[in-house]
Amino acid sequence: MSITPPSQVIWWKEPIHSIEARWVMVALVWCLILFLWMPYWHIYGKQNLSNESYRTTPAAFEGKAQAMVNKYTVRTETDEKIPVVAPPAGSDVYLVARLWSWWPILELEKGQSYRIHISSLDYQHGFSLQPTNMNLQIMPGYETVVTLTPTQTGDFGVVCNEFCGIGHHNMLGKIIVK
Amino acid sequence: MAARMFRQCPDSGLYFHKSAESLMKAHAVLGVVFLLVGGLYGLLVAATRAPGIHLLSAESFYTALTFHGTAILIFWVIFFEMAVLYFASSTLLRCRPATPRIGWLGFLLMLIGSLLTSVAILRGNSTVMFTSYVPMQAEPTFYLGLILFAVGALIGCFIFLGTLVVAKAEKTYDGSIPLVTFGALTAAIIAIFTIASGAVILIPTLLWSMGLIAHIDPAMYRVIWWALGHSSQQINVAAHVSIWYAVAAIVFGAKPMSEKVSRTAFLLYILFLQLASAHHILVDPGIGSTWKVFNTSYAMYLAVLASMVHGLTVPGCIEVAQRKKGYTNGLFEWLRKAPWDNPVFSGMFMAMIIFGFIGGITGVIMGTEQINLIVHNTIFVPAHFHATVAVGTTLTFMAITYFLLPVIFRRQLIWPSLAKWQPYIFAGGMTIMILLLLGAGTLGVPRRHWDVNFTEATLHFQFAGTAVSLLGMAVIGAILASVGGALFCLIAVGTLLFGKKLDSGASLLSSFGFPMAASSYTIDKPDPLGRTPIESSGHSDAHGAKGTFVLALVFLATFVVYFFINAKYLSSLWPMS
Repeated sequence: MSITPPSQVIWWKEPIHSIEARWVMVALVWCLILFLWMPYWHIYGKQNLSNESYRTTPAAFEGKAQAMVNKYTVRTETDEKIPVVAPPAGSDVYLVARLWSWWPILELEKGQSYRIHISSLDYQHGFSLQPTNMNLQIMPGYETVVTLTPTQTGDFGVVCNEFCGIGHHNMLGKIIVK
Repeated sequence: MAARMFRQCPDSGLYFHKSAESLMKAHAVLGVVFLLVGGLYGLLVAATRAPGIHLLSAESFYTALTFHGTAILIFWVIFFEMAVLYFASSTLLRCRPATPRIGWLGFLLMLIGSLLTSVAILRGNSTVMFTSYVPMQAEPTFYLGLILFAVGALIGCFIFLGTLVVAKAEKTYDGSIPLVTFGALTAAIIAIFTIASGAVILIPTLLWSMGLIAHIDPAMYRVIWWALGHSSQQINVAAHVSIWYAVAAIVFGAKPMSEKVSRTAFLLYILFLQLASAHHILVDPGIGSTWKVFNTSYAMYLAVLASMVHGLTVPGCIEVAQRKKGYTNGLFEWLRKAPWDNPVFSGMFMAMIIFGFIGGITGVIMGTEQINLIVHNTIFVPAHFHATVAVGTTLTFMAITYFLLPVIFRRQLIWPSLAKWQPYIFAGGMTIMILLLLGAGTLGVPRRHWDVNFTEATLHFQFAGTAVSLLGMAVIGAILASVGGALFCLIAVGTLLFGKKLDSGASLLSSFGFPMAASSYTIDKPDPLGRTPIESSGHSDAHGAKGTFVLALVFLATFVVYFFINAKYLSSLWPMS
C-alpha cells in the first residue's frame, strides 16, 4: 500500500504497468508539443511579446511623453481636458501609467504600426486593452516598448488590471482607432 | 526514559505518538480557524464583486481581498501541511517525532507570525494584496509576521527531516519509506526552497518598509517573490497528491501501480516545479523571451508531465484495487461502485478531477508565453487557482480530515449525512464559480477590481454584457461553496466538542496529558512497520487500469482542444511584436 514501505527495498526495481508506460510516452509527447509551440509562434505567429525594454526614471519618461503631447495633440476630452494625441504612423508613442490614469488618450489609424512606449510613474500597473484583451505588466523604472498594429476601428478602453491602491478601479484610459 | 508514549487506534491500526499527536492537533485546528475566517472574507469579496450586490466599500473590499488571499493561500494550507508532515513522518513510520519541544517553538512562531500579519492587514494599513508588489508598501509588521511564520514552518520541515533520520536509525520500518511519506518529503524539500526564497526577498522588503533600505527593484521583486509565491503552491500540490495516494490506500487498500513511476513523478516536482516563478512574469518588461520560454517550461514541461502521471496512477491504483475486489464489468464498474457516500473518497476524487481538468489545463494556458497575453491579471487567474488550491488542495484536506477526526480525536462524526453531502456542495459551488470566472476572464474582466462598470472613472468603458453577467452569476457559486466550507468547519468543530466518544477516555486534550488518569498511551514501542507483501498474481490484464486510461485520454483530448482554442483566440488579436 501507499502507506507501507514498498515490497522491494530498492523500489526502482519494481515493475511498471504497461498502461503507465504508454501514458508517460503520450504525455511526454504532448508536453514537448506545448514547449515547441512557443518558439513556433515566435517565428510564425503575429502576436509576440517584445524583447525591447529600457531602464528609465519617472521624470525622464514623463518628459518624453510631454514632448509628444506638445507636438501631436489634436484636441482635449472631458472636463479634465485630457489631451488626445494623434501621432504619425510608425512613430514612437508614449503612454503614462500613474495613480490613477492612463495619459494621454491616443488616436491611431487602423492598419498602421506604432511603437508604443509604456511606463509607470509610481506603483505597478496592468495595461489591459479592452475589449481586444491584450494585457501587459507595467512597472516604474522600466520602459516597455511594443509595436502594435490596430486591426479594428472604434474606441478601446485601457483598464488597469494590477491593483494600485484605492483608486485602482477608476484608472481608465482610451485608445481611439480611426 | 521508558515512558509509554504511543497508542494504537483500534479502528485504523495507526500508531500515534503523544507529542506528535498534540502537534498535529494544534496545527490542524489553527489551520481550520484560518480556513473559517479566510473563507468568510472570501464570501465578502465575492459578494462585492457581483455588480448587483456590491456589498463592501472599495477600501474594505481591497483589505478583505488581501486578507482572504493571505489567510487561505498561506496560513490555512501551511498550518494544515505541518500537521500532514507530522502525520506522514511520526504516525506512518511509527516513530517518535524529533525534538517535539522545538516543534512547539515552530508552532508558536507560526501563530505569532500569522496574527501579526493578519492584524497588520485588518487594521487597513497593509492593503497590498497577497503579492505585495513593491513599491506599494505595507506596515513593517506585515512582512515581519510573514517572516516569523516562515521560520516556524521551516522548523516544522526540519523536524520532519529529523524524524525520518530517527525512524531510519531506530529501524521503525523495514525497507524504503512509504510512498505517502516520500511525497511528503518532496513537499518538505520544496517548502525549504520556498522559504529560503521568501527570506531573500521579504527580509530586504521589511528593511525597506522600516526605511533602512532606499529602493527595491520591482522587477527583481517579482522574480524572487514568485519563487516564494508559486513554490508555496507547489508544496500544496506535493502534499495533496500524497494524500490522494493515502486515501487510495486507506479506503481501497490500494497499492501504487508502480513505485518507480509515482516516485519519479514526485522527484520531477522537486526538479522542475519549484523554480516555476517564470510563468508569472511572462508579460513583464526587462526579461527576454528566451528566458521566459525556457523557464516557464524547462524545455518540455516536465512538472506538467509529473501531474499528468499522478493523474493516471492515483485513479489507476484505485481501479486495480477495485477490480481485484471483483468490480470487473466494463470500463467503469470500479468507479460506479466506489463509495461515493464516503466523504473521504468523494472529496478526494472530486478534488483530483477538478484539479486536473480545470486547474491543470488552465494553468498551462497561463504558462504559455504568448497565450499569457490574453489572460494575465484577468479574473481567469483567480479562477485557475481556486481550481488548484480551493478545490485541489482544500477539498483534499477536508476529505482526509473526515478520516482523521475519529482516528485522532476518538469521536464519531456528528451529522454523518451532512458530511456525506458537504464535498458535493463545496465542489459544486466552487466549480460553478470557477467556470463563470474563467468565462469572464476570457472576455477581459480584470482581477482585484472593485467596479468593472467604472462608474466613478473620468472616461467610460463598458465590458460586454455577457462578461459582467458572468461575474455577477459567479456569486451564486461562491455562496454555495461558502455553505460547503462552513458546513465542513461546523462538522469538524462540532465533532471535537460533541461527537460520540469512541473510547470512554476520549478527550480533546488527552494527548496533552489531560485528564491525567487513564491515559490511552500505553505502548512503549510499536512493532516495526513491515513491507507491502509481494503479490503472487503480478500485473495480469484482468486487473489492469483500462478505465483510467480511457479517462486519461479524455483528459488529454480536452487539454489539446482547449489549448488550440486559446491559440486561435490569440491569433485574432492586434498584431504585436
